[in-house]
Amino acid sequence: MIRDITIGQYYPAKSILHRLDPRTKLVSTLLYLVSLFLFKSISGYLVATVFLMAIIRMSKVPFAYIVRGLKPIIMLLMITVLFNLFLTRDGDVLFHAWIFTITEGGLVTAVYMAIRLIYLIIGSSLMTFTTTPNELTDGIEELLGPLNKIHVPVHEIAMIMSIALRFIPILLEETDKIMKAQIARGADLESGNMIQKAKSMIPILVPLFVSAFRRANDLAMAMEARCYRGGEGRTKMKPLHYQKRDHMAYIVVIVYVIAVVVIGKYVPLHIWVF
Amino acid sequence: MSIKLEHLNYVYSQGTAYEKKALKDICLEIPHGEFVGIIGHTGSGKSTLIQHLNGLIKATSGALYYNGENIYEEGYHMRELRNQVGLVFQYPEHQLFEIDVMTDVCFGPKNQGLSPEECKQRALEALQLVGLKEKYYQSSPFELSGGQKRRVAIAGVLAMRPKVLVLDEPTAGLDPKGRDDILDQIAYLHRQSDMTVILVSHSMEDIARYADRIIVMNKGTVMYNDAPKKVFEHYQELEKVGLAAPQVTYIMHDLAKRGMPAKTGVTTVEEAADEIMRVLEKKE
Repeated sequence: MIRDITIGQYYPAKSILHRLDPRTKLVSTLLYLVSLFLFKSISGYLVATVFLMAIIRMSKVPFAYIVRGLKPIIMLLMITVLFNLFLTRDGDVLFHAWIFTITEGGLVTAVYMAIRLIYLIIGSSLMTFTTTPNELTDGIEELLGPLNKIHVPVHEIAMIMSIALRFIPILLEETDKIMKAQIARGADLESGNMIQKAKSMIPILVPLFVSAFRRANDLAMAMEARCYRGGEGRTKMKPLHYQKRDHMAYIVVIVYVIAVVVIGKYVPLHIWVF
Repeated sequence: MSIKLEHLNYVYSQGTAYEKKALKDICLEIPHGEFVGIIGHTGSGKSTLIQHLNGLIKATSGALYYNGENIYEEGYHMRELRNQVGLVFQYPEHQLFEIDVMTDVCFGPKNQGLSPEECKQRALEALQLVGLKEKYYQSSPFELSGGQKRRVAIAGVLAMRPKVLVLDEPTAGLDPKGRDDILDQIAYLHRQSDMTVILVSHSMEDIARYADRIIVMNKGTVMYNDAPKKVFEHYQELEKVGLAAPQVTYIMHDLAKRGMPAKTGVTTVEEAADEIMRVLEKKE
């Protein structure tokens, strides 16, 4: 049940995306996310769609698996769409009833916003699907390295992140186990109203917190026992090195960003749905 | 009052990169009142198997009959099944959550819809059964030692008065005394009531001492399903899959090899001692 949450999880496969340097993937993802907000026309969306499709194909992560990862954000998506739909007053009025007004501009904005959000999530989850948490934090640490000069504890931040990410599957598994144990003792987690439901979570949350603290304590102890003292002077087992494929990837992404901006601006493609 | 598994299959995370066949075509029958031991290497499917017994995991295919009723049938009362099949998980002390021991043990009976007095009655009974001292009944479960917590957790399941008690490595991480205490109490319970006990363990010695029948799991399949003596005859095959027979089995086989006319099919230290004495006395 709870294992089905896929967002932010690594998906093991052998693809060019999996082999890329995490720094390349981080910077590329960032560029991609920004690029989604640099165009307004349909032609821009077309370019972004083609690019995203190509990347999905290259990643060898099954499309259905990616879509499943979108489930948790459906609520957020709905709220955004509804707000845009009803609160944007622009262009001809298409529908009006009581306090609800839908305008042409509102409809277009809502649809565009939804597509943007979905692309945003897919883009960033593709990064986490193809990058192990360890690689990811290594990449972040390396990229934020310069901030060390102004006394930002980059290594510590990266370590906190990697521990947090590492604990997600452990705690999910633990939750699953505790839930099963309490169901075996007759706990009813499904029926009842909101308050009863919230109350029925206590037998799960208390053991979960206790276990999280115990694990944190054990981990801190284990780190101390191995003389962990922060990032200073610490070397890496697998230092990051850019390969030829990383340079290629940068070129591809930059070409894409330029394409999306230029095409989005100068190729006026209008499809009228009305 | 029997449990019957027919061609049970279970696949983890079907349709993803993590897909794993945990159980393959399991056919088993556990009659009422039996003490069954399940052994197997880590990852052999023991834990997955026992979670099927009270419907926590639904089989990918196959059928499970409890008292002749297929539990996967539409409208089957799963809660009733869980009332009758009590499952004690590995490290059950990690599920304790209430403010004091008494309330925690009452959690199961309360969910069964019993009155507060009845809950308390059952909790007292269960706590006495697991041998926890009365002075701890009002203390927080988090203040107890590991062994005591384990007893409280087991009492939490016993208080529901299950007809079938399933225990997943109830002695993992306990010291030898704690281990013997808990297993002896379970064996006592089994003798006293007509409860079916299914014990999952790594320890051949434990299983050999208590179980009427042993089920050996290997890579998601049932490798052996027989009386302890019969199973341990295959001690060489057991070794190949990362298990071992009780140590006395090795001693008896070695003695036989060196010319002592002793029976090799003994499984506990006591039996082995008797057998050796018998042979020696005969000599004199």
